[in-house]
Amino acid sequence: MRQLRIPGLLLVAVLVLSACGTSGPSGMLEELGDGEGELNLIIWSGYAEDGSAFPEFNWVTPFEDETGCIVNSTVMADSAAGVQLLRSGEYDGGSFSGNATDRLMAAGDVAPVNVDLLPNYANVFDGLKLQAHNSLDGVPYGMPHGRGPNLLAWNTDEVEPQTTQNGLWEDAAQYAGRLSIFDSPDFIADASLHLMATQPDLGIENPYQLTQEQFDAAIALLEEQNTHDPQFWNGATFADQITAFAGGDIVIGTTWQFQVNNLADSPIDAVKPAEGATGWSDTWMIASEAEHPNCMYMWMNHMASAEANGQATVYFGEASTSPQACEYAETIAPGHCELTHADDEEYWEDIWYWSTAREDCADDDDSTTCVDYDAWTEAWTTLRGG
Amino acid sequence: MVESGWVRIGLRAATGVILGFLYLPLVVVLIHAFNESPFNEWPPTGFTLRWFGEAMANSAIPPAFVNSVLAALGATAVALVLGTLAAMAVQRFSFFGRDSISFLLVLPIALPGVVTGIALSATYQTVGIPFGLLTIIIGHATFCVVIAYNNVIARLRRLPRSPEEASADLGADTWITFRRITMPGMRTALLSGGLLAFALSFDEVIVTLFTAGAGTQTIPLYVLGVMQRPTQLPVINVLAIVLVLFSVVPVYIAQRISGAEAAGARV
Amino acid sequence: MTTDATARPAPAPSRGRRVATWLHARPRLQLRLLLAAPLFWMVVVYIGSLAILLLNAFWTTDAFTGKVNPFDWSLSAFERIATNEVYRTIALRTVGIAALVTLTDAILAFPIAYYMARVATPRVRAALVVAILMPLWASYLVKIFAWRSIFQGNGLLSWLLAPFGLDAPGTDEIANSWIVFSYLWLPYMILPVYAGLERVPSSLLEASSDLGARAGTTFRRVVLPLVFPALVAGSIFTFSLTLGDYIVPDLVSDAKFIGNVIYDNSTLGNVPVAAAYSLVPIVIMVIYLLVARRLGAFESL
Repeated sequence: MRQLRIPGLLLVAVLVLSACGTSGPSGMLEELGDGEGELNLIIWSGYAEDGSAFPEFNWVTPFEDETGCIVNSTVMADSAAGVQLLRSGEYDGGSFSGNATDRLMAAGDVAPVNVDLLPNYANVFDGLKLQAHNSLDGVPYGMPHGRGPNLLAWNTDEVEPQTTQNGLWEDAAQYAGRLSIFDSPDFIADASLHLMATQPDLGIENPYQLTQEQFDAAIALLEEQNTHDPQFWNGATFADQITAFAGGDIVIGTTWQFQVNNLADSPIDAVKPAEGATGWSDTWMIASEAEHPNCMYMWMNHMASAEANGQATVYFGEASTSPQACEYAETIAPGHCELTHADDEEYWEDIWYWSTAREDCADDDDSTTCVDYDAWTEAWTTLRGG
Repeated sequence: MVESGWVRIGLRAATGVILGFLYLPLVVVLIHAFNESPFNEWPPTGFTLRWFGEAMANSAIPPAFVNSVLAALGATAVALVLGTLAAMAVQRFSFFGRDSISFLLVLPIALPGVVTGIALSATYQTVGIPFGLLTIIIGHATFCVVIAYNNVIARLRRLPRSPEEASADLGADTWITFRRITMPGMRTALLSGGLLAFALSFDEVIVTLFTAGAGTQTIPLYVLGVMQRPTQLPVINVLAIVLVLFSVVPVYIAQRISGAEAAGARV
Repeated sequence: MTTDATARPAPAPSRGRRVATWLHARPRLQLRLLLAAPLFWMVVVYIGSLAILLLNAFWTTDAFTGKVNPFDWSLSAFERIATNEVYRTIALRTVGIAALVTLTDAILAFPIAYYMARVATPRVRAALVVAILMPLWASYLVKIFAWRSIFQGNGLLSWLLAPFGLDAPGTDEIANSWIVFSYLWLPYMILPVYAGLERVPSSLLEASSDLGARAGTTFRRVVLPLVFPALVAGSIFTFSLTLGDYIVPDLVSDAKFIGNVIYDNSTLGNVPVAAAYSLVPIVIMVIYLLVARRLGAFESL
């Protein structure tokens, strides 16, 4: 048989090409041109509705009609998956949470935004602008979308009303096999958050930046929880969680307002626990190498408009981003902005938005070292795989 | 051994049970397609045609269906060509490494789809091929080649060489002999191999997930996406029923054309 | 004098014919032409892609950004897989279930394949082949969903068990994976075994019973050895498809399989670990295929 020898030179060339990777110019758009006709987005499920689920929730078709940019969206299972998707070079941007944005900004995968080209940016609540998760050195990197806590939900027929997270940890034994937790290394922060309240002498100040001792304590807590046989859900499969709650397969767990809204016909209640909660604050960001930057800018502006943001945040059950959006939201879901605390900065003070664990603890103190995200991933794999 | 009466009864019963097992989930899907509950509750909470209506009105399904069909046709065509070429080479010539060919061809199916998917995806990005229908076809064809190969080579082993030799003796050149003698003999093998390859490609999801890119949707990708739309779950029950019903036609026709002799489609 | 109509000079050979004649004299070239396209595809496109992926196993990632550092040679990915026990657990679990599924499918496939090959009339046989191929056309994902709906708390299984006071195990039991895998790959086992049984000559079975063997003995000593290569051929599918799948474990159980580790790591940005762990199923399957080839499975596919 003739051996086909891949010419050595070709192989080296291919390897070199793969090494060159995706680092390229990450400049800000200076001028807005015409739409390119297409837009590829990475989203959390429900962030780009085109009316096929519910006719009244559609902020994609009006956008497509107005700009001619046809929207294609891909759902991410969790933030790390979203980061990988963006790095494939196939997308123009997406709605990223804080633990994706910090990595994307640091690695240069996303570009800063020129707010002069985004008229609706001015309306956004100040509490969302120029935050650690959506800006670098005072330069904004995206258009805020919505934020929300990771709530604690339970089945009111089988579980008494909850006020703290104890039902997931210390009191979890009684719900063995029927508790539901988020399947991602990010959930370690929920454990460390609980420890902030129950073991203050550990000195945890930030549930995402942990010393080795604090980290080990959080893992120990998770291992204990694992003995009660929890079930898992993630950002791509949370339809499962809805079915499971509705069917009684699970009776208590962490969740998003979206699931709670979809379980309106079931005996489900939800609360932000007393010790606080992890949460997320999402921002639309544009890829440095976006193929359709004009469409992306138009989308970012569109998503901050009153109707689009109002509809999107009501649909997902997250906090709207501007007074105008809140006003619109009132018309389709009275009390929405109050329920989600859109303008109530105090509510967000004990909500810790998803961010990435870093070896330098993300602080200015050179003497501190924390457990990095790689260790988080490894620990989570060990927890889940055993 | 003329199988004794007991054995025959036992076999018949076992066949019935196993067929029941094979069709149980399909029956469940059929029932849920009319189930009022959006959560696949059992027993069904009510009868409704709502999901059929929503499936009909769904705008994402037709383009996904078209893509799936095109990808499957492309992959099947490529697989049939490559598989036949390889089968003819292996069956008619003897050469060093001959045994390795079938080994090589079966690898894409034997190795995890996720590995094939990641590998191909990385290559496309490196080489700079834009993701879309073409990248899907390349991925699918890669694991469909072995299906075509197995079917063709099994047939070639049974085809007598004498008609071909006679044809040559009568003055026909290679192409004519191939077109008029070999091909007709292979036709049913190509049909059953092609049908199986088509089914495999149409239904594939894991490799497709990595090779489809942002803008291309296939039916399996659509179904995967529906998992994120909790109220649309029953629509995929309808979709599955419709697909199975549609597929009765080609499978039945293939059966009639191939006859019982080619009934043993090679996997 | 008129020209004899039958004595026309032979027409000049067409180009196609000339090429065919030229090729006919060069069998090795024929062979190379036949093999060129398939080999190019498989070796350059497929094996080449695999090689590039596996190269990643020897590189590192930045812990914060998750980006691969190409050409940063290191064995850290392999070290992690070797030292952390969980990877061994997952591999063993996956191989165990794959073996169990293969055994289950072999047992289930035999009666129906035997019935089709030796007992059924041709019409019934054709109908059965169609009946077995049909489920392959129902979407793989939908079939898994259907099983999930059967297993879930308010599903079919729960309803069946209720009169006995039992509760359905739910959607996170590893046994669910076993059942669903066995279900999904059963047709892939039935078809080769059926083909294999078809090839067993009746005369052998008659001779066996003439020599005084009972049904069981004939089965064990005549049928089984002859059909064994076909069983191995079918097992290639049931084993490999279970070994690499991650969707079934994700949807109907909570346990992680090899496929999950590879998928999770690649989507979470740790491609080196995903690539390094990919070597586990690759090595297992290469060995499996070599053994299967030795046992004659490739002729029975």
